[in-house]
Formats: sequence, C-alpha cells, structure tokens
Amino acid sequence: MGETPHRSADAGTGGTRVTQSHAWPAGASARVAEAPVSAPTPDGNGLGGGGALPTNRKFGAERAFHGLTMAAGAMVLVIIVAIAAFLIAKAIPALRANTANFWTFEGWFPNDNPPTFGIGALAFGTVLSAALALLMAVPVAMGIALYLSHYAPRRLGNSLGFLIDLLAAVPSVVFGLWGRDYLIGPVTDLSGWLNKYFSWIPIFGGDGPYGNSILLGSLVLAIMVLPIVTSLTREVFLQTPTANEEAAIALGATRWEMLRTAVLPYGRPGIIAAVMLGLGRALGETIALALTLGSTYAISFNVLESGGNTIAANIANRFAEANDTGRGALIASGLVLFAITLVVNIIARAIIYRRREFTESAA
Amino acid sequence: MAKRVSASNVTAYYGAFKAIENINLTVEPKTVTALIGPSGCGKSTFLRSINRMHEVLPGARVEGSLTIDDQDIYHRDVDVTAVRRTIGMVFQRPNPFPTMSIFENVVAGLKLNGVRKKSILDEAAEKALRSANLWDEVKDRLGKPGAGLSGGQQQRLCIARTIAVEPQVVLMDEPCSALDPISTLAIEDLMFQLKDKFTIIIVTHNMQQAARVSDRTAFFSIEKTGDPGRLIEYDNTQKIFSNPSVKKTEDYITGRFG
Repeated sequence: MGETPHRSADAGTGGTRVTQSHAWPAGASARVAEAPVSAPTPDGNGLGGGGALPTNRKFGAERAFHGLTMAAGAMVLVIIVAIAAFLIAKAIPALRANTANFWTFEGWFPNDNPPTFGIGALAFGTVLSAALALLMAVPVAMGIALYLSHYAPRRLGNSLGFLIDLLAAVPSVVFGLWGRDYLIGPVTDLSGWLNKYFSWIPIFGGDGPYGNSILLGSLVLAIMVLPIVTSLTREVFLQTPTANEEAAIALGATRWEMLRTAVLPYGRPGIIAAVMLGLGRALGETIALALTLGSTYAISFNVLESGGNTIAANIANRFAEANDTGRGALIASGLVLFAITLVVNIIARAIIYRRREFTESAA
Repeated sequence: MAKRVSASNVTAYYGAFKAIENINLTVEPKTVTALIGPSGCGKSTFLRSINRMHEVLPGARVEGSLTIDDQDIYHRDVDVTAVRRTIGMVFQRPNPFPTMSIFENVVAGLKLNGVRKKSILDEAAEKALRSANLWDEVKDRLGKPGAGLSGGQQQRLCIARTIAVEPQVVLMDEPCSALDPISTLAIEDLMFQLKDKFTIIIVTHNMQQAARVSDRTAFFSIEKTGDPGRLIEYDNTQKIFSNPSVKKTEDYITGRFG
C-alpha cells in the first residue's frame, strides 16, 4: 500500500479535496461532490433521450439467457433424480432376494443360491480408508499450501504449485499399480515394524500377513488426494486480503502468528470445502483401491493385516463375474455409497453454515 | 506511555525505486503530527518505515536511522515484532479481522502476546473500547462479528485493537479517508483524547483535518513523478497553515499546486 489516495472517499470527509487541477480555493468542498452529476445532455438524441418509452421486449437475449441458465440448473436435479431412480429400481430385486441381513452380514455371495451379501464391511472399509487417507494427507497438504502461498519466493511457489497440479492429473490406475507393485514393499516392512513395537495399540495388532492392507490403500489414497487439497487450500490462502495480513503484522505478529490470526480463520470455509472434495475423491476412488486392498469382507480396525475392501473397489472387482442378482447387489452397494457421500456433504455444509455470520461478512 | 520518534537521513526503496530520500524529523511525545503532501510523495512510505511495515513488501528496504527514545528500531538485534507492538498502526481502510467478533478483534494483539486470562482480556477490551469511544455502541454485542459494524465504527474498532496493546506511538495512515464526515469527526475527537497518552503520527490528504488535529505538520513533496519524496517543511501546524517559510508549502496549502 503506497500512495493511493482514495479521492472520491476524501470528498466526503467535509474538508478540502486536494487534486492536481482544482481551481477553487481550499474549503470549497461542496462543489466537488456535485461536479460529475450535472453533466448537460443534449435534448432528444441521447440514449436516455425524449419520446415515449419503448415497451418491454417479449422475446430477447435477456429472456433466452434466463431460460438457458434455468434449464442448465434444472438439469442437475434431473440427473440426480434419474441416477437415484436407476439405482433404486435395479437394487430392489436383489435386496428382496438377499437372504442375509444387508446391513450386518459380513460377506458377498450374491451369485449363490440363495444369495447372501452385506454392505457393513464394505461401507466400513470405505469410510475407514478415506478417513485415514485424509488424516495423513490434510496436514501435509496444508503445510505445502502455506509454504507455497506465504513462505516460498513467488516464482518458486508458482512452479511448485504447477507441479502439484500435474500430480493431480496422474490417472488413478497409475497410482494403483505403483502402490501394488512398489509401495507394497516398504509398507510391508513398515507394518512389521509397527506391529513389533506398537502391537499394544489395537489398530497395529494381528500377526500378518502384511502388505495388501488398509494402510497401503489409504497411503495410496492420501497421495492421490494430496494434490487436490493442496492446490485448493493454496488458492484459498492466497485470497486472504492483504489488509488483514498487515493488520496482524502491525500488531506484532510473527509470520506464523499472522497465518494463525488472519490467514487460517479466513480460509476456514475454503479449507473445509477442499477437505470435502478430497474426501469425495477418496470415498469414490475405485481402481487404485481395487489394486491395493486385500478384498476381504470383515469389519476390522486392524490397518496392517492384508484385507479391507471398499464399496467402489468391490464393484470393480466383482462386476465382471456378477449375474443379475449380483449386479443388483453391486448397484445396491452403489446406492449406499451415494448416501454416504451425501451425508458427508451435508455435514460439511452444516459446518460452513454454522459460521455464516462471520464468513459472509468476510466475503 | 509515549515516546519521541526521530528520523535521520531515512531513505526508503521499493526494489530499485527510491520512494523517499533523506528524511530528517523529530516527533515529540504526546503530540499529533500530520504528514501532508501530494499523492506519491512518500508520506505513507515514511509512516510505514516508522514501524517497519515498509519492509514487509518484497524488495522494500529502508536506510538511515530511526529511533524511539534513542533506541534504534532498525538495529540488527532488535526484535521486529516488538517494534510493531511498541508502534501501533491504523490503516486507511478499516481492517478488522473478518472471522473474529468485536471482542476477539480488540484483544487480538493481547492474545498474540500470550495474554490468556479472561478477566485481564475483558478489562483490557473494555478499556480500549472506551478509549476508542466505541464502548457504549458495542457493549451489548461484543460477540457479534467486527465486520458487521459501520465503517466508522470499524475504524474505531481498529483503533481500539491498536491501543489495546498499549503502544508508545500510534501511526495512522489516512484513517478517515474511507469514512463519512460524522465518523471522521468522531475519529478526530478521539485523536485529541489519545494524544494525552500516545505519540500520534497521521498521514492525511485532508488539509483541514491536518489543521484541526495536529500540533506539528510535515509537508512532503516530489519534484516530478519518479523522483524520491522529500521533506519540504516541518513546523508548528499553525505556522505551516498561516505563514509557511517555503514557497512550495504555501502553494500547496493554498491549492495553487498539487
């Protein structure tokens, strides 16, 4: 902020307005406010000229555009309703045929006669792996974003930001293959080590085999959501008004204190939105988890032992072999995933809405 | 609670651009000093170098010496955050923290200094808000967002936030330029009261305001665009506005030159 005089604002302070060109003596402030208003307009031939006022146009670009945008808005609703209707219609026959409890049964045999399958373990695996992935990714992502937006020199920040965006463009099957063929080695070693020294913590218990575990799956997921969360939170942090940052600095804040006082609170809704988008990707991620998880159907908090499964990975793994009931069962699981995502988004909205009084005035 | 500010040969740069050159001036404790001059003459740059806010911008730096009560604020061993706590600043546009309530805004500086005790914060907040003539207007809604106040109230909130940490010197960078006349009057009244406790330096584009509130006035100017700003004349406000010793000051005051 250098020498930027807000001239129009100055005029209202009841004092002299000092400009390059004023011809009247100091103190004649009233004239300043009037000057731009009373520009003379020639009669009859301006845009706002004389004659009768034209009538409102019935059909014009304005109305057409209004219709187009409304149609686009309505399309979202139509698509969502259509998807939900499709899922429900296909799922009901399979759910009727299911002889086990859909919510609690731990297993997936919809192709047998009689068919038995349960969503519990899959839904649990989905939420657990996504939550673990976020737990690992979000702190790192925010650290990177804060570094890029407020510590790194601008050029370094921009080029690193570009690299991060590039990471987001890597297809998930690549991450999956990498996880399955390479990362599995180090993760197996790490699992053994964790189990040796921390087996008293239930999540690190069990006695192997290690490798294709929730730990491997959520690590791969974490790497996949990292770029989205990083690049969104970086955008958010960059948008903090300089005035707020300077206010904190002028109060004697260090860099970190300034971030805590001005940047992080201001970016809070954006951070939540970024995390939710990351969570959305983690919940729906299919192929990377189909390649890395052990595909078992048990509810277990053990993250080291081979096993784990998610709704999306299960659909990918089992769709080819499925008969009619099998497909219906997979679609029913898709419906549950749809519901989980919906609930997560509603919760995120609620968190943002609860602080609206503060965030709205911030905008 | 108030200290003397002395500048000697202060020169400030934005990268390669020299914004002000060889500014020498001493501001006495418990006075209001106004910095006036045309746009781009370096008043704000000088103001911001007094609490080391200038160097926050990338590439910006200051040469020369600036002291408060004979302590060099640009000394290598000086903690820059301590300088800014000692020399508070109020900005051109009211900038309360948008995510904080009125109360949190006022005590933000204290919290940064590690004050956590609720009773101390309550007391300090009331004291600062009373000093800023805002207490009666906000005492029933301290939990509401600071950004929900009117512009003039927001600016007084920012003043309260600044004086809550009990600085020695308060810098104001065109504090009324975004405000209506009534809010401006309220802030000017406030400056009269605050100078009992603080040394106040204010940048203003409004010469009547300078004449009304200040004891001393410094006139800055530039030869032409691109030249560094210089201090042309520094004297008692009354002298500057009635009988300035430099022709250029007189031209500016009377409006013959911008």
